[in-house]
Amino acid sequence: MRLLPCGDRALLAEFDSLERALAAHTTWNSTAHPGIVELVPGARTVLVRIDPNVTGLGAIEQWLMAHLPADEVSGLPSSGPKITIPVSYDGDDLAVVAEVWGCSLEAVAARHVATEWVCAFIGFAPGFGYLVPVDADLHPVPRRATSRPTVPPGSVALAAEYCGIYPRESPGGWQLIGRTTMSLWDADRDSPALITPGTRVRFETVNG
Amino acid sequence: MTAVRVVDPGRLALVHDLGRPGLAALGVSASGAFDRAAHRLANRLVGNDEHAAAIECLLGGLRLALSAGTWFAVTGAWSDAVIVTGGVRRVVEPHTAMRTDADAELYLGPVAHGLRSTVALRGGLAVPAVLGSRSRDTLAGLGPEPLRAGDVLALGPEPGTPVPVADLVPVDPPADGVVELGVRPGPRHDWFDAESHRLLTTTEWTTSARSDRTGVRLEGPALDRVPDRVGVELASEGMLRGSIQVSPDGAPTVLGPDHPVTGGYPVIAVVVEASLDRLAQLRPGQPVRLRLVTGHR
Repeated sequence: MRLLPCGDRALLAEFDSLERALAAHTTWNSTAHPGIVELVPGARTVLVRIDPNVTGLGAIEQWLMAHLPADEVSGLPSSGPKITIPVSYDGDDLAVVAEVWGCSLEAVAARHVATEWVCAFIGFAPGFGYLVPVDADLHPVPRRATSRPTVPPGSVALAAEYCGIYPRESPGGWQLIGRTTMSLWDADRDSPALITPGTRVRFETVNG
Repeated sequence: MTAVRVVDPGRLALVHDLGRPGLAALGVSASGAFDRAAHRLANRLVGNDEHAAAIECLLGGLRLALSAGTWFAVTGAWSDAVIVTGGVRRVVEPHTAMRTDADAELYLGPVAHGLRSTVALRGGLAVPAVLGSRSRDTLAGLGPEPLRAGDVLALGPEPGTPVPVADLVPVDPPADGVVELGVRPGPRHDWFDAESHRLLTTTEWTTSARSDRTGVRLEGPALDRVPDRVGVELASEGMLRGSIQVSPDGAPTVLGPDHPVTGGYPVIAVVVEASLDRLAQLRPGQPVRLRLVTGHR
């Protein structure tokens, strides 16, 4: 772990892998230091925001190092909640993904369904989780050269090594492979986001 | 329960409290009042809790119909504000609690100093909260919609605390000239070359007109990366209010309260807590200097 400066009220902890970053996030989150306002997981990082009235950056640095999970982190955390999302695999960019993966349109859906995904971090919009494959080796998919001005809500899409589902209509540059009718985000729900960091996600095919 | 009616929202009038911190795991930024000191002061002046919801008005022009007996205060950006009762105009002093003795109209003229005014009303705005806050997150589209002409906003119950007796609150108007912001190194300061670091703290930057609650763009020289980081993509990482992210063309943007939770542009420096409210009041074209500070301030 490297601790990087981030102004006067945060530190950025950087790791050499997503697995280690997620493991540290899980440990720090469950140990809950009273001076930590928020932990924001990223692809290789955890942003640690502190309340300067409660603690100092030096003290937090010591605490973070003292509360690192054991060295031998094996794989992604498996303790998160599990959900299954039904998808109609009829996205406009299926052919693009099929070409990158060197397979048929049907095989894109089959591989996507056969893969278990875990949410690494959230970004872009409320409830938009960046999902990574747990142990499948899927070729990274390039972003579209130009973003679409509107992507419909529930669109299941791929970019780089990630899979994401658009929680609401928004612009977007990811490759669309299908669509779900499940509600990813509802601010009036007890748990507004269907997917949060650590959630394990499987997809299943629906027809029509 | 009393209410206020929006006669004219001006350019943009938003409801804000102090935001919804701690929800980054849901992908939700803290949002909240841009000028937090102005927000707290406006609430204190009318005897509200500092967290009460108030109106953040961009560039002035807001017109509100208030019923008799409504306490209000205006802080933040200065404009020639007036309260009109039965055709009689009275000047509204900044940072001063006033009470309407009959039905009246409050009008904020065009802003003369600063950019965003806060209008607090005694009782606070009792609009529905979303995820524990009455703040409008303009990026995520969460919270109360921007105010429109004809909107009627209920006020909350009379607070337990009285309107404080204060003849004079010594607060300067937002600065007109060069504004200095304290910065400390950001996590990706080592992605930028020595010349960029020199430029960062010696340039007189210009506040871009393309600035909003998501971020304030600074115009000036390009901040170049060290050769081995050119063209490299940064894996998404957590962002803060005040993070100065640099886009691939070298242009810095200081993130505001409605910033995305994570981002993929490297952060060269971060504006310190004590300077953050000044960001809210930067006018398009206003010069800005960034000063490297150490310690707590």
